[in-house]
Amino acid sequence: MTDRSRFFRNVLIKALILFAAVNGVFAAVDLMPALGRVSIYNTLIPGRVRLPYGEDAQADYNLSLFSLEAMFASHEAAARPEPGPLRVMLIGDSATWGFLLQPQETLASILNRNSGGAVRTYNFGYPTMTVTKDLLMLSHAVQYEPDLIIWLVTLESMPQAKQLDSPILQNNADAVRALIAGYRLHSDPQDPRLKSPTFWNRTMVGGRRALADLIRLQMYGFLWAATGVDQAIPAEYDPPQSDLEADEGFHGLLPPVLLEEDLAFDVLSAGREMAGDIPVWIVNEPVFLSSGLNSAIRYNFFYPRWAYDQYRSMLADWCRRQAVVCHDFWDLVPAEEFSNSAIHRTPRGEAMLADALGALIAEECHGR
Amino acid sequence: MTFFNILVFAAVSLAAGALPRARSWLLCIASVLAVYWLQPALPVRNLDFWLPTASITLAAAVWIVTAQKRVPAGEAGTPAGSAGSRPAREDWTALAAIGLTISALALTRYLGPDPILTPARPPEIGWVLSGLVIGMLILGGLWMLAPRRWLPAAGILVLLALFAAIKTDPFAQAAAAMLRRLAGQSAQLASPLDIRWLGFSYLAFRLIHALRDRMTGRLPDTSLREFITYGLFFPAVTAGPIDRLERFVKDLRSKPGGTAGMLTPGAERVLAGVFKKFVLADGLAILALNAALAARVAAPHWMWFFLYAYALRIYFDFSGYTDIALGLGRWAGVTLPENFNRPYLQPNLTAFWNSWHITLAQWFRSYLFNPLTRALRSGPRPWPIGLVILAGQFATMTLIGLWHGVTWNFLIWGCWHGFGLFLHNRWGERSRAWMPRLEKRPLLKKAYTVASTLATFHYVVLGWVWFALPTVESSSAVFLRLFGISN
Repeated sequence: MTDRSRFFRNVLIKALILFAAVNGVFAAVDLMPALGRVSIYNTLIPGRVRLPYGEDAQADYNLSLFSLEAMFASHEAAARPEPGPLRVMLIGDSATWGFLLQPQETLASILNRNSGGAVRTYNFGYPTMTVTKDLLMLSHAVQYEPDLIIWLVTLESMPQAKQLDSPILQNNADAVRALIAGYRLHSDPQDPRLKSPTFWNRTMVGGRRALADLIRLQMYGFLWAATGVDQAIPAEYDPPQSDLEADEGFHGLLPPVLLEEDLAFDVLSAGREMAGDIPVWIVNEPVFLSSGLNSAIRYNFFYPRWAYDQYRSMLADWCRRQAVVCHDFWDLVPAEEFSNSAIHRTPRGEAMLADALGALIAEECHGR
Repeated sequence: MTFFNILVFAAVSLAAGALPRARSWLLCIASVLAVYWLQPALPVRNLDFWLPTASITLAAAVWIVTAQKRVPAGEAGTPAGSAGSRPAREDWTALAAIGLTISALALTRYLGPDPILTPARPPEIGWVLSGLVIGMLILGGLWMLAPRRWLPAAGILVLLALFAAIKTDPFAQAAAAMLRRLAGQSAQLASPLDIRWLGFSYLAFRLIHALRDRMTGRLPDTSLREFITYGLFFPAVTAGPIDRLERFVKDLRSKPGGTAGMLTPGAERVLAGVFKKFVLADGLAILALNAALAARVAAPHWMWFFLYAYALRIYFDFSGYTDIALGLGRWAGVTLPENFNRPYLQPNLTAFWNSWHITLAQWFRSYLFNPLTRALRSGPRPWPIGLVILAGQFATMTLIGLWHGVTWNFLIWGCWHGFGLFLHNRWGERSRAWMPRLEKRPLLKKAYTVASTLATFHYVVLGWVWFALPTVESSSAVFLRLFGISN
């Protein structure tokens, strides 16, 4: 064996030992959350105006990942707070996130623009419809010291049975279990949908996909900074379904009575508790109201009339009981201002909601 | 080439290097299998099986056309494969081995619905056997015609025609439509992308080199097995380098120095290549300029940023592949030629083209630039030297451009470099008078070298705008934005 070969062999052996050791330490210390907080956003490049989410990373300049630390570190809210304006945090589903809307067309952006600098609204909406996912987001968002939390909800986010359906929840099992235990939520902490990471998953090799996602999030940040694009919006898409099935079912529930325990009001209560002294507004978000086939039975693809009507009344009751401010904007936006689903709004629809909500926030500002 | 491909190729290369007696056969059969394995899946039914088969048939056909005048079999001192007025027994064996390998691949169709070593399920064995019979008839016909002097030239024309058909969208579209009809599919869905023929470009360069050198009597005699291995050598089949037959065969026939001696240099190149390709190039791919990004970016500094990323990405990607090919080749006992030598650090465009895709530039120099400039200078009415250089550089570089695809952008990219090379040539002539004085002032010389390196780098980088984008409009818009002229 030549000297060079011997040198190469020794380097290889040492590298393997070192690699194994580093992997072991990485997993034992669980370095992934700490790495997630390392971000070029808000330093080298501007923070994102909404949480990272992308279905086609190359076109969206954005991607979905499961590291909440990285997601929040990339958000503009993680920058040093500006003193002065009322800090409002929006949480909710894809409609709040602004699906099929450009960053400047989202509810948070319009509220900021319309307020003339008096209000600084942050968009912590995130696609997938479950209020437990919203609660998880809220648990991170409260660290940015909001003056007001506005939680946009809709019935589709409320059924108990689908609370753990979101991938972001399933891949943050420890955090979700902590919420379930800390706030006595009805969800089962041993639910098989919650994926507990193994030691192998925590190593660099086992967690290589998550590590790659952290790096890709930083890389796509340059594209976001250069273009202001965080979602590729197709030129054409199918409008919400107007002709509906004559089906009165809602997630396995049938008329006539919807029970409060079928819906995750426990999660809304947990949000209120988590917010502490910070006021929380619950906003029942606008939904598409169909006038097509079977619209006497269903309002839209998601909701049979009986269930949705009972939900609205139940939500109002809950807010009254809990002394929570509740705004019901269910029919605020006309049918033609929904984009591709019964909850996603067009830019005009978004502006209508922003006008209504902005007026209420202005009153809140005035009252302070 | 995926990481898994590389791992398997590494095992085959190491086995070939460690087993000198089986090496030649191992490399030949592995190369035949690799063209099927690396071929991407295509929407035209079974085309992803027939194109690799066509690559092998083409290589065998060119071997027949270029085979030297055969001497009686068994004559002392004759190299393997040269035998009588018919193929030697070894060539028959090679032909049979290749045919059996293809048939065995076709039989994998019956092992289950998932393809094995082919991108999709192979065709019915009956079709494959029929295809092999047709291939044999073509090869037999060529064997009969082989002594004809015009045959190598005709072979070059056929390869160039195939090249033009694949690289020109309307022709490729028409060919795709025809192939779809033959396969019983809708011709309306035909697209030029239907014919992605893995490695054809590099194979064609090697085959044209063999045909042309046969015409000039410089080609060494080889066996079928050696020739097929040369044309389809698995480390270099996707992205080169373009070796010369005489050099390649010399390595193939030499006794490898043993596994230990070649392990380290091979490993260094493979590891460097994997790092360049899978870490640097794939990481930079996110940031590299592309058509969608070009349409969305307005600020000049960002445009420069993405353009630099493109320049680095294309270099790391291509030179990474080359490093992997060289490392695998080294393990197999074949020292493939270098293709890159710090191209972005060269002080002028001529030096850049002597260090970027070196084997392609050398190929064009040997078979186009030199013969053309010689002809222009030595005819009854010789052209002025400046004009000869201009014509030579433009012809060479535009053809290199068009090799990537027959589009306006590739043509302009070729002209861009042709013009740059011509300018540098003229500048070199002019600066010859005062260059010696510069040599005496080291600091000034250093500053001159730094400035010229930066200028060369940026000339090349700006050239990538034509290369990276699909249309003249988008490229022009990017140029304007780079210099802050337009939003």
